[in-house]
Amino acid sequence: MTRTFKRIALATALLAAFSVSDVSTSRAASKATPPPPQDWSFSGVFGTFDRAQLQRGYLVYREVCAACHSMKQVYFRHLVDIGLSENAIKAIAAEFEVAGEPDEDGEPTERPAQLFDRLPSPYANDNEARSANNGALPPDLSLIAKSRVGGSDYIHALLTGYLEKAPAGVTMGEGMNYNTYFAANQIAMAPPLAEDGVEYEDGTKASVDQQARDVAAFMTWAAEPEMEERKRMGIKVLLFLIILTAMLYAVKRRVWSDLH
Amino acid sequence: MADTSTTTAEGHEHEEDRRDFLLTSTIVVGAAGVALTAWPFIDFMNPSADVLALASLEFDISTMEPGQAITVTWRNKPIFIRRRTAAEIDEAKKVPLSDLKDPQADADRVKEGKDEWLVMIGICTHLGCIPAGQKVTDSKGEFGGWFCPCHGSHYDTSGRIRKGPAPRNLEIPPYAFTNDTTVRIG
Amino acid sequence: MSAAPEWKNPVVRWIDHRLPVFTFTHHSLIDYPTPRNLNYWWNFGSLAGVVLVILIATGLFLAMHYNPNVDYAFDSVERIMRDVNYGWLMRYMHANGASMFFLVVYIHMFRALYYGSYRAPREVLWFIGLFIFLAMMATAFVGYTLPWGQMSFWGATVITNLFSVVPFFGDAIVQWLLGGFAVDNPTLNRFFAFHFLLPFVIFGLVFLHLWALHVHKSNNPLGVDIKTDGDTIPFHPYYTAKDAFGLGVFLIFYFAFAFFAPNYLGHPDNYIPANPLVTPPEIVPEWYFLPFYAILRAVPDNFIDIWGILPILVTAKTAGVILMFASIIVLFFLPWLDRSPVRSARFRPIYKQLYWLFLADCIVLGWVGANPPEGTMLVIGRIATLYYFVHLLVFMPLLSRYEKTRPLPDSISAAVTPQGSSQSAQAQGA
Repeated sequence: MTRTFKRIALATALLAAFSVSDVSTSRAASKATPPPPQDWSFSGVFGTFDRAQLQRGYLVYREVCAACHSMKQVYFRHLVDIGLSENAIKAIAAEFEVAGEPDEDGEPTERPAQLFDRLPSPYANDNEARSANNGALPPDLSLIAKSRVGGSDYIHALLTGYLEKAPAGVTMGEGMNYNTYFAANQIAMAPPLAEDGVEYEDGTKASVDQQARDVAAFMTWAAEPEMEERKRMGIKVLLFLIILTAMLYAVKRRVWSDLH
Repeated sequence: MADTSTTTAEGHEHEEDRRDFLLTSTIVVGAAGVALTAWPFIDFMNPSADVLALASLEFDISTMEPGQAITVTWRNKPIFIRRRTAAEIDEAKKVPLSDLKDPQADADRVKEGKDEWLVMIGICTHLGCIPAGQKVTDSKGEFGGWFCPCHGSHYDTSGRIRKGPAPRNLEIPPYAFTNDTTVRIG
Repeated sequence: MSAAPEWKNPVVRWIDHRLPVFTFTHHSLIDYPTPRNLNYWWNFGSLAGVVLVILIATGLFLAMHYNPNVDYAFDSVERIMRDVNYGWLMRYMHANGASMFFLVVYIHMFRALYYGSYRAPREVLWFIGLFIFLAMMATAFVGYTLPWGQMSFWGATVITNLFSVVPFFGDAIVQWLLGGFAVDNPTLNRFFAFHFLLPFVIFGLVFLHLWALHVHKSNNPLGVDIKTDGDTIPFHPYYTAKDAFGLGVFLIFYFAFAFFAPNYLGHPDNYIPANPLVTPPEIVPEWYFLPFYAILRAVPDNFIDIWGILPILVTAKTAGVILMFASIIVLFFLPWLDRSPVRSARFRPIYKQLYWLFLADCIVLGWVGANPPEGTMLVIGRIATLYYFVHLLVFMPLLSRYEKTRPLPDSISAAVTPQGSSQSAQAQGA
C-alpha cells in the first residue's frame, strides 16, 4: 500500500514539476505588472459567453478599435455566433465597401460587404498602417486573447491601465503613453476608450471599465469561437471516459484475481 | 494457466457470469466510444463553414433592363439570369408542350408572378459546354434563346431544348426572390 | 512457448497457411509470455503506441485542410480552427498529442533507466528506442514550424542555424537545409514533407522495437531473467486488461488538456503570424525540448579563455551544440557504461538514490531551459549540465564496480507468488 502511495506521490511530483516548468515559459520577460484576474462568464469548465456582452463588445470594437485594428480571421457570418440575426449582420456588413470582381474593362470595382466577407481591415497593408500610426503597427486583434499572456484579463487591464502622467523618473518616448500593464510600460496606442464613448443599445452604462470588459470578452470569443462547443463536448467525453475506465479497472481486477 | 481457469469455472459459477456481463458491457461501451470517435473524422471531410457560406449567394438584379442577361458564378457553375421581354415571355408561353423534347410549361420554369426572370444553370445538358446567348452579340439559336456551339443544341426563350442532341432543358437551380431586387441562389 | 493454435475458421486457416498473420498475432499479442510482475510503469510503451496512432490519424486529416505556403499557412490553420467541422478538435488533439507522446516516452525511458532495461541482451532494443526518440524530436521540430507563427519561424531559424557550427561547410549546410538564405517558403514546404514522412519512419522503427522486444521478452521490476513458465503469464488477458485500464486513465489526462487547457502547453507567441523582421522577446522551445535547450546554452561565453587551447574550432556556440548532441549520443553507450551485475535499481541502493538525483537534474535542466540564460539561472544550468554527464559517464561506471548490491531473488515466481514470497521478503524490503 505504501508503495502505491509512493508511486502516486511520485507521479504527482513529476506532473507538478512538468507543469511548473511550463508556467515559467509563458512568462514573458517584461517589467509590466501582471493583469489582475477578473470574473468572466466564460471562465471555468462550465463557463459560457454572455451573448449580450459579446454584442456590446463588438460595438466597441466596431466603433473604436476598428479605426486602427484589423480582425482578419473573423468573417461577418461568424457573428451569428454572438447572437446577432443574419439580417442585422447583413445590414452592418452593407455599410462597408469591399473590393469586388474587376469589371468588364478590368477596372477594380467595389461592392458592399456580404456575410462571406472578412471584417474589413482599416488599412490596405502593414506599411500604410505604420505610416498612419507614427511607425507603430496596430496588431490584428483576431487572436489577441490567445497571443497575450493573461488573455482577457490582460486586454481589460491594458485598456484600463493608462496613467495620465508617467510616474516621476520615467522618461517617455515621443508620442508614447504610460500603461501599467504593457511591456516596458510604454505603449504607442493612446487611451482608446472614453466614458460613454459608445452608446449601448441595451442601456448598459458605457463606463471605460465596462467597455474594456465587453471588448475583452468579444476578443476572447474571436480568438476561441469554438470554446463553448469544446467545453460541452469535453465534459461528455471525460464523463464517458471516467465510466469506461472504471469498468476497465473492474475488468482488470477480475482478470488478475486468478493470480493474486 | 489452464488449471486456474478451470477452478474458477467450477467454483464460482456466479462470478463467472458476472465477469462475462462485466466484460461484455465494457467491450460494448468501449466499442461505442471508438465508433463515436469516427464521427469527427468523417465530418471533418464534409464541406466546411466557409465553403457552405458560398453555397447560397444573393445577387442584386435591380439594375437589369428587360432583354438584358447576366452570368454569375455559383458553386463554380455559370448561372444565367435573363430579364425577358414581353415578346420572349409570350413566345415561351405559346409553345405547345407536344412540340417539346423535354415537356415542361414555361410557368414551371419561373417563379410565380416573376415571369420576367429566368434563372438557369448555364451548362448544356448534352456534354457540359456553356451555351452562347448571354451577350447581345451572341448567336441565340433558332428559337431566340441559347445555342450551344459544341454540338448544335438550340434552346428557346424558356431555356428548353428544341433542337439538337441535348436530352433535357437547361436546369433550374434552387433559388428564391428575397425581395423585388434580390435573388438568392442555393 | 506454445505451438501454433488450431484455427477452426476455414477462411482463417486458409489464409494462415499461406501468410501466418493469425499465428503471428496470436504469438505476439495473445499467448506472448510476459513476466507476471510488471508494474504500471510498463504501461507506457503501449500508451506511446496508441498516441502515435492518434497523432498519425489526426495529422493525416489536418493535412487535408492545411496549406504549406508562407502566405496561407497561418490562415489555413485558423480556418481549420474556425470553419472546418471539428477542426479545432483535430488540431488540439494533434498539438497536445505531441506533448503527450513526449511525456509518455520520457516516462518509458526513465522506467528503462530505473530497471536497467537497456542492459544485455536488450541493447539493440534500447538503440531502436533511442532512434525513435531522435525521429520524434525531428518530427516535432519540423511540425512546430507548420502553423507559421512567431515561435514556429524563430524556432526554425535558431535550430537550423545550429548547423552553422559545422567547420568549413556550416553556412552551406544551413542554406541547403533551408533551401534559401533564411527560413522561407522552400523551408516550410520541405518541413511539411518531412513532417508527413517521419511519423511513418517512427511507425516502422516501432515494429523493429517490438521485434527486438519479443526476442528476449520484457524486462521486469526485479531485473532477473525469465527462467521457467511459472515466471510468465500470457499477455492476453492479463496485460491487455491492464493496458486497457492504463489507457483509460491516460486518455482522461490527455483529453483534459485537449478540451479544457488546449493552449496551456503551447506558447502564446505562436498565435502571432510569423514575422521575419521581428524576433520575439525570448525564443522558447516546447517544454519537451527544454532540458536540451538548457544544455545548449550552458557553455560560458568566456569558454575560450578557460580552455585557451582550441579556441578556433570550438567556440562557445559550437561547444553548446556538441554538448547537446552528446547528451543524446551518450545514451547509446549506456549498456556499456553500466556494467553492474544487477539490472534493477531495486537491488542497487546507491544507484537508486543517484537515479532520483538524475531525474531531478533533468527536471532542473527543463526549468532552466524555460528561463532566460542570465545570472543564477545560467550557473544552475551549468551545474545541472555537468551533473547530467557526470552521472552517466562517471557515476554509472564507478557504481557498477563498487556498489554493493542486494541479493537477487532466485526467480520472478519465487519473489512474487505466495509460495516464494517468504524467501524473497528481505530482497523486497526496499
